[in-house]
Amino acid sequence: MPVVSATARSTIRDSFSVSITVGTYGAAFGAASVAAGFSVLQTSLLSLLTFSGASQFAVIGVIGAGGSALSGITTATLLGFRNGLYGLRMAPILKVKGFKRIVAAQITIDESTGVALSQERLGEDAMRSGFWLTGFGVFIFWNLFTLAGAFGAQAMGNPAAWGLDAAVPAAFLGLLWPRLQSSKDRAVALCAITMSLVLTPFVPAGVPIISTALLAVIFGARGLVQK
Amino acid sequence: MSITWWAVIGTSAAAFALKYLGQSIPEKFLSHPRIQRTNVLIPVALLSALVAVQTFTDKTTLAIDHRALGLGFALLALVLKAPFPIVVICAAASSAILYHFF
Repeated sequence: MPVVSATARSTIRDSFSVSITVGTYGAAFGAASVAAGFSVLQTSLLSLLTFSGASQFAVIGVIGAGGSALSGITTATLLGFRNGLYGLRMAPILKVKGFKRIVAAQITIDESTGVALSQERLGEDAMRSGFWLTGFGVFIFWNLFTLAGAFGAQAMGNPAAWGLDAAVPAAFLGLLWPRLQSSKDRAVALCAITMSLVLTPFVPAGVPIISTALLAVIFGARGLVQK
Repeated sequence: MSITWWAVIGTSAAAFALKYLGQSIPEKFLSHPRIQRTNVLIPVALLSALVAVQTFTDKTTLAIDHRALGLGFALLALVLKAPFPIVVICAAASSAILYHFF
């Protein structure tokens, strides 16, 4: 395997540890998705085709809570917007065309981009290796664990009896936590919590969640100093 | 076609379109600082709303039940720097215990 032998051991280690750690979250997604009313096949297809954790949790969360397909898709898509920006950052480094670009696009997520950017001091070769190894690694483990979680939840029955209804918001909190870096982030989080709960009794399910994207636009427009 | 199938297909198509577009358009598009700042804040806003709605609502009414305890334990686990699977398990276990006893 020329790719691996030419790759710094630290890059391989970083890629693998991220892949296995993040991959295990797939079990939480698989279980939550089945608990939200998606079939095992639909759950697996979301992990194979959507392949973006926050977007996947969002669509099953919104639909599971009674939201429309459109509000579920919109929320998931707003969360997937950042993958496009990662692509902008990665494309000049990857320099791929045709089928390879399609594959690269599918594995452009938080983790593959994160590991690639963290290899910057080792040069572009290491960045590329980090991207491909982490992207494929997360893809494999995420999908295997999704399947395990989905079958597990199917065997369990009532989601509330196993705490699955609380596992979903906990998973969102786990995804949110590392993003609360600046005081502006925390302000946006508090406003979003308040806004979504205040709107809940008055608008259809799903809408209170999507509408908080406005907060990001409003807070993003003001160039306050971060931290 | 059922709502879940629409959700699976729509979400997957849109997710891939965004990923492919990002890989294909020149970097100068969307590199405006305001777009960058908004991009960082969108997941913060949506994930916060998802935490709130999934924990404190039931259909279209506000509710405090076993899930709130689960979220409390998840928060505690995060403050104690627990890894993600432990956070989720803490929430599920505490919530399930309350659900069974009350």
